[in-house]
Amino acid sequence: MFDTIQHEPVLSVQHLSKRFGPGCSSCDEQKLPSNICAACGTIWACKDMTFDLFQGEILGIVGESGSGKSTLMRCLHFEQEATRGAVYMRDYDQRSTDTLTISRQEKQYIKDHVLGLVYQNPWEGLRMDFSSGGNIAEKLIAADYRHVRTIDQRAEELLEKVDIPIERMSECPRYFSGGMQQRVQISKALANQPPLLFLDEVTTGLDLSVQAKVLDLIRMLQREFHVSILIVSHDLSVIRMLADRTMVLKDGDIIETGLTDQILEDPQHPYTQLLVQSLI
Amino acid sequence: MSPESSKRFRVSAYNFGFLDEGSKREIRRSTLKAVAIPGYQVPFASRELPIGKGWGTGGMQLSLSLAGSRDTIKVIDQGHDDSVNAVSIRHLIQSCTQVEMTRDSQAASLIQSRHRIPEIPLRKDQILILQVPQPDPLKKVESHEKKVKQLHADKDYKGMWLHLYEDISQWGDISISADYPSTAHERYLFAPSPLPRWDVPKLNHSEALCLLGAGREKKIYAIPPHTQVTPLAFDDVPFTTENFGKASCKNCGADNVYLDEFIDDETGQKTYSCSDTGYCHQRMAERRIQ
Repeated sequence: MFDTIQHEPVLSVQHLSKRFGPGCSSCDEQKLPSNICAACGTIWACKDMTFDLFQGEILGIVGESGSGKSTLMRCLHFEQEATRGAVYMRDYDQRSTDTLTISRQEKQYIKDHVLGLVYQNPWEGLRMDFSSGGNIAEKLIAADYRHVRTIDQRAEELLEKVDIPIERMSECPRYFSGGMQQRVQISKALANQPPLLFLDEVTTGLDLSVQAKVLDLIRMLQREFHVSILIVSHDLSVIRMLADRTMVLKDGDIIETGLTDQILEDPQHPYTQLLVQSLI
Repeated sequence: MSPESSKRFRVSAYNFGFLDEGSKREIRRSTLKAVAIPGYQVPFASRELPIGKGWGTGGMQLSLSLAGSRDTIKVIDQGHDDSVNAVSIRHLIQSCTQVEMTRDSQAASLIQSRHRIPEIPLRKDQILILQVPQPDPLKKVESHEKKVKQLHADKDYKGMWLHLYEDISQWGDISISADYPSTAHERYLFAPSPLPRWDVPKLNHSEALCLLGAGREKKIYAIPPHTQVTPLAFDDVPFTTENFGKASCKNCGADNVYLDEFIDDETGQKTYSCSDTGYCHQRMAERRIQ
């Protein structure tokens, strides 16, 4: 698995911080004991996060709820504006511009061409009243596909890959089971083969057999397309199965980073030790 | 006051062109901005008029703010010069400006129209004013005004494309017959009034300035001369205009024009005539001379 990893980062995040609240002179995020400033009540959801993601790599992000996992993901997908920091992407302009500073139109371009995001809740990532084929078409159209026949073929191909019968292609995801919705969402995110994929708790809330199917799918995708994946989960077994490297978050800080095996077998930080020991 | 006199609308009490000069200036200011940004919907302070909103008040305000004493004005309703809407608007414009009115599209300097563009190509010294009921094409796919504005700003039109795609996968073709979504200069998506598809290519690189006004929705937008107007279309499902086959106008014999279809109640026979009555009358007059 590791020989596909190259040394040039696909995504490079530097000193990223996200604040909810006004902020004050006393809340310098790096000195706060937790992620809430006692003086002004401001919450620092992400504090000075720096990391790289490499080609073909799956980077796991674990942490308890409120540790800043989803906020980080949303900042990277431009849904929330980061307070400080810089994000560089190889597939935007060879990492020469900080993508947090570019115009909304350029950010939209990145979302449509470079990124794919799968939300925990399929209702956020899908248009429930459009057909599943139409949902996949939306991502393709966003990525400048303008040939109906090609779009149809690609949608069929993708739905087949995620085990959704072609005859249900014209049905709305509203009428699908949760697992099926999630698989449609994944195929939508992947439709235009974006080099970067963000997965936010994709298997949470799914039953075990469906979970296994979705995990298999992600592994297969990574093997076939060498997508670089950032996967957020609070489920350590998902991380163990998928991630090459893992980052542990707590109170908006990255408290430990390393190879997944290393983190799980020999955790250094007290919180990571607690986390690993809590694994049933 | 007797009931009779209170009903009568005394035009003499009003300024030239019904609207006061301040209102006209505000409308012209919005118009200038609209011309500067082709296809962009400029909000404006839509005035009350003696006709109901939704009955062409956007077009009327544009006409009244632009009309000068030397103008010649033509009013069209779905191609007709003599339908009720056209007649009452023409009457109002004339009674409060006393400008010359015409049925000949080539003699007019201002043409206010509902749903049609005259068959004879317009010149650069003419202005076409279209009445618009719903100025935003994205309202079809997103109902929140705030989100729609954001989509325009981001040039995020995938919702509209998706709408067309679903149409094709459901019906095999795009089912939109009028108001076909188009882009101005590859930037803003706009609603070309509810023009039939037939008229949309006439906007592309037109010699004349085209102004579009929506009174109820309080928006003005413009397609300035020589603007590139592109109807949204997929590579393998191109944009097409209405096809009337071999049909021609029963009155003037024209065949390369937009035709209205009539069905005889008794015989069930289909006949066609020009939708642009001004053009049709002109052709018939020429024939009589010959």
